[in-house]
Amino acid sequence: MLFYIFAILAIVSGAYMVLTRNLLYAGFSLLIVLLSIAGIYVLLFADFIAVTQLMVYVGGVLVLILFGIMLSSRVQDKSVLSENVNTVWGTLVAGLIVVGLSYSILKSNISSLLWLQTMEVDVLGDQKSTVQMIGIKLMTDFVLPFEIASLLLLIALMGAAYIATDKQKT
Amino acid sequence: MNIPLEHILLLSAVLFSIGVLAVITKRHAVVVLMGIELIFNAANLNLVAFSRHDPQLLQGQLFSLFVIVIAAAEAAVALAIVLRVYQHFKTANLSEITSQD
Repeated sequence: MLFYIFAILAIVSGAYMVLTRNLLYAGFSLLIVLLSIAGIYVLLFADFIAVTQLMVYVGGVLVLILFGIMLSSRVQDKSVLSENVNTVWGTLVAGLIVVGLSYSILKSNISSLLWLQTMEVDVLGDQKSTVQMIGIKLMTDFVLPFEIASLLLLIALMGAAYIATDKQKT
Repeated sequence: MNIPLEHILLLSAVLFSIGVLAVITKRHAVVVLMGIELIFNAANLNLVAFSRHDPQLLQGQLFSLFVIVIAAAEAAVALAIVLRVYQHFKTANLSEITSQD
């Protein structure tokens, strides 16, 4: 039941993000979408992912996006508004995507897959959280992607700092 | 408490198409970035939903963890590029960024 509340909240505020023309309203409705997706993660037994979603998206990416809005628009001449183009084609493409995906999801009878029936909801077993298992997996099976992700974050940090510096002043 | 898998997939499809709609119709670069974040989140939702049924435990959750890391790096670099473009062209409107000089 709680899942449907979160789902409706995510869809409604996502639609509002597209429909509104005010950039700040779009940013704050993106906040509601991200928060409700974090709630859905909790309902799907993914507590660590939910906390990561809260910390990285809500605490990091959304603040970055709000900084981007405030630094890239002249507030005094009301350019925090964003106009729409390609409205007909965009609506057509998005509508076709959602209709096609929904049709294939509803027709494909996913629940009859064998590996979905073998393990039902009892994923966690007797342990209460996924944090320990994620830590063990990250240090054993997924250690190479983990290290590559750290390298990628370093490169992104340096690249973003290099791009954003003002070269004309120096 | 047992959420059907199809409902999660449908929610993810709707969120994905909303993200595509934002990317196509919006002309401000930051809103396009928001649409891309929405697409990332829709993909993550699918990964976590299937990870609930994974016999080997948590492979989908780990994959979505890496997707979140990549999305954060992408957002940082893309916003730096948007700020440079805004300093250079004095606008962040994608339709008005045309000439090279």
